[in-house]
Amino acid sequence: MAKIRDLAKACKSKNAGPYELTLDIMFGDQETFDKVRRSGVITRALFARLYSVPEGSVLLTEYPPAFAFKATFERRIVSGAVGDSDVYGAQQHAPLLDVEIPM
Amino acid sequence: MSSEVRMLSASGILGYGYPEASLKTGLERKPHMIGVDGGSSDPGPHYLGSGESFTSSLAIRRDIRLLLNGAVANRIPMMIGTCGGAGGAPHLQRCVEILREIAREDRLSFKLAVIHSEQDKRYLRSRLAAGKIKPLGSAPALDEATINRAVRIVGMMGPEPYMRALEAGAHVILAGRSTDPAPWAALAMHLGIGPGPSWYGGKMLECACNAALPKGHDCLFVTVRSDSVECEPTNPERRCTPLSVAVQALHENASPVIHREPGGQLDTTDCEIRAVSDRAARITGIRWTPQAYTIKLEGAEKVGHSAITFAGVRDPGLVETIDTFLDSVRASIALKVGSFDVPPEDYQLVFRLYGKNGVMGDWEPKRKTASHELGILAEVIAQSQEIANAVLAVTRASLLHTDFAGRMCKEGNMAFPFSPSDIERGPIYQFSLRHVVEPNDPCEMFPIEYEKI
Repeated sequence: MAKIRDLAKACKSKNAGPYELTLDIMFGDQETFDKVRRSGVITRALFARLYSVPEGSVLLTEYPPAFAFKATFERRIVSGAVGDSDVYGAQQHAPLLDVEIPM
Repeated sequence: MSSEVRMLSASGILGYGYPEASLKTGLERKPHMIGVDGGSSDPGPHYLGSGESFTSSLAIRRDIRLLLNGAVANRIPMMIGTCGGAGGAPHLQRCVEILREIAREDRLSFKLAVIHSEQDKRYLRSRLAAGKIKPLGSAPALDEATINRAVRIVGMMGPEPYMRALEAGAHVILAGRSTDPAPWAALAMHLGIGPGPSWYGGKMLECACNAALPKGHDCLFVTVRSDSVECEPTNPERRCTPLSVAVQALHENASPVIHREPGGQLDTTDCEIRAVSDRAARITGIRWTPQAYTIKLEGAEKVGHSAITFAGVRDPGLVETIDTFLDSVRASIALKVGSFDVPPEDYQLVFRLYGKNGVMGDWEPKRKTASHELGILAEVIAQSQEIANAVLAVTRASLLHTDFAGRMCKEGNMAFPFSPSDIERGPIYQFSLRHVVEPNDPCEMFPIEYEKI
């Protein structure tokens, strides 16, 4: 088993417009990307569980040209609205870092 | 019709800066136009609501001056999209004034087109009544009250208004809120390139050297042909590789391959990205599918006035019981504020607990804090600044003096780092629209003014 923080080259979050958050996990090479893909760990259900959002609301795209997975779903609170804690959505990726992948 | 169109983008955002040498190198390659994207909704609703810019006039002036002089000397168009950050009337006006001043100081002459994007509420109400405004994502159907409450609404224009200004002979185009690729997509299509490569070229250019290695605020040169897009940074210290170009496709969007734009969909699922040198990459296989023409709306409405204070907790007993302590604080505040006749529905109280869940709130998976100290950011939002300040003053006192079980720190619970401790944030705003409108014509929402300078 290995954690995403040890396998990935980048793992980040950002707004995709004020209403959505997008998370990118990028690996450094084809081999690692293929192994992670085959592990079946990175699914819409994973993001639904980590972020308490309905599975059906998660848009998950595999993007082989960048050895990347991209997940997009609605923000917890609209950017900059009352109670928001992360206007740019830049620090919402941390729970992904500890996800374990069988390698 | 040109067989290739060469375009330059100065930087990721107007006012973020770029090296003057990079622009000079780019101009030597004889681009057909130079431009820069001026905005983003990323810094939040304050800027659209207040009319302020999130970059300074000093930085905007410097960035425009070099571009304008370069464009006039080389007789090529210069275009800026989403002027002033949010693209509303005051944002656009500020950029126009800066441009006029530079032209006067540097004795430059050209035909200016100013394209407005701030929307007339009567127009939007009539489109709503005609059933031509639709929600996006999970947004509810739009109602008139939401339009009426907005401080400002802008429409995100496509390339068509820019193309109209180019046809009218404009040399310099300053535009309000635009889809980020619009200025470059417009120039490429104006010169006869198809929408697929034109849009993709614009997408690469709008964030400039975000698509390069190393990333940075610097100039990107893009050559668009009928079946390909080629990217190369003008600064020899940066490179575009197939991977850096692919990574850019992930930037700030919902999908890396499907991009919904006014009038169609850009699909890069089957794109191939190849290196053409160690510093340039070429993309082929871009697909464009025409769809119904829609314009995305952005709106901001005023929420109230805000006041904040920040304090630290180091007492271990208080760190352990912070949640129940804050419940007591809330009860104490309600009682005291009620006594000066401010009912609970007149204000909102928000605590952000740094060291516990200040960054992720309810999304924070770690329930128990491991930190020996906590930071509390207390915020009060009310309809007037006077009420916000009054409730915050009570909040500060209640945080300081509310009792808790096993309390040792009987002289005060909080470490306030500042005097005065309370900070007025003034009026605050929230985004209020997540909708698209179907116009009768791609240009009808975006009036163009021409001026001989």
